[in-house]
Amino acid sequence: MSLARRIIPCLDTDGVRVVKGVNFVGLRDAGDPAVLAARYNAEGADELVVLDIAAARDRRPTFLETIRRVAAELAIPLTAGGGIRSLADAMAVIRAGADKVTVNTAAVQRPELLGELAAEFGSQAVVIAIDGKWSGERWEVMVRGGSDGSGRDALEWALQAVEAGAGEVLVTSVDRDGTQSGFDLPLTSAIVARVSVPVIASGGARLPEHFAEVFQTGHADAALAASIFHDNVQSIRELKQFLAGRDIKVRFPC
Amino acid sequence: MNVTLLDYGAGNVSSVRRALQRLGVASEGASKREQILAAEKLILPGVGHYGALIRALDEHGLREALLEKINAGTPFLGICLGLQALFETSEEAAELTGLGIFCGRVSMLPRIAKLPHMGWNTLQMRRESSLLAGISGSDYFYFAHSYAATPSPPPLDDSTVATTMHGQEFIAVLEQKNIYAVQFHPEKSGEPGARLLSNFLRLAA
Repeated sequence: MSLARRIIPCLDTDGVRVVKGVNFVGLRDAGDPAVLAARYNAEGADELVVLDIAAARDRRPTFLETIRRVAAELAIPLTAGGGIRSLADAMAVIRAGADKVTVNTAAVQRPELLGELAAEFGSQAVVIAIDGKWSGERWEVMVRGGSDGSGRDALEWALQAVEAGAGEVLVTSVDRDGTQSGFDLPLTSAIVARVSVPVIASGGARLPEHFAEVFQTGHADAALAASIFHDNVQSIRELKQFLAGRDIKVRFPC
Repeated sequence: MNVTLLDYGAGNVSSVRRALQRLGVASEGASKREQILAAEKLILPGVGHYGALIRALDEHGLREALLEKINAGTPFLGICLGLQALFETSEEAAELTGLGIFCGRVSMLPRIAKLPHMGWNTLQMRRESSLLAGISGSDYFYFAHSYAATPSPPPLDDSTVATTMHGQEFIAVLEQKNIYAVQFHPEKSGEPGARLLSNFLRLAA
């Protein structure tokens, strides 16, 4: 008896539709979030993440409506984020139906936010998202969608964020994101070794082999990917069958 | 058939409501004494801090109403914190007193395993259980907690019907007469979770 490794599809949205693209340039429509959510729920996703990558203040009510529509389709946990800067922002997202919130830039600017969220919702509902980029000697924490350096060391920040109240770390490799060349195993395993909470690896996945590696070599508790699931490059069921064949513990929906 | 969800202003009430909706069952949120006293079936959902739940019960004067209904035989299902609240105390808020229906203290899981215990885990069945009818040890349920209640060895402890292992063995499912409680989130546990909720509704009918 032990925890199964989790497979987590991620829906990047512009608040309303699922989009694909790099750094907000050339965004392409990839579908209706609620339709994709229903599909992943049935296919055996262990959890779903929905992000508002535009995070424009004036479109916030539409994103909350998107969360409501997605939550209505799910019998699995839902994590939501993008543009969460305050307890009130997080409260709105949780009330709309998310089980956890993910925070990134706002927590780097004001780490106390993590403690405020943990006090209100419990640390199991607070995910610190860290975008790490290799500088040649360390991984630097990037903010604002991976575009700006923060000067912080990703490993130190992960530890500090957990001490401040985060109950889970979502680590994305800026170097690997969008490359489909596999997860960043050194970054993932370094974060896992540093913190005592579950770690979700993200960025660079394409092949089933990449997921096996991130669990067995990267020691991740969960792995997240977006477009390979949306485009049917990879079915979740077949991915899990592959992993089970490698003696990796996974859950099948029925 | 009407189900009353205890709504104390925090927690996973809307998720439980949606899960019941998928089973074709309507539910209403209750935050007042009179609503609880009028309930036919009670669910106490909960996620977050033990202290927040216990304080909310006391601030709204719900503790006595809840105990009265449970003792009178009203079918009750506690979820996550809703299980923990049935014990005498919790290490998470040692200054507060729980409902005390079951003896013992809720304590933090050992740090030899990652905390929170978050994700999908299986059950070790201890005895026949009506709540777990049709559910096996290979079915996964979604857990998200750091504190848990520890079972006493059988036959002393006949109310623990299933346990789970994470750092140590802890109580996953309790069943005693009209009282049912689970440490995991059936409302977030896919098909097996839906089966458990539907078992509760059937038993409570």
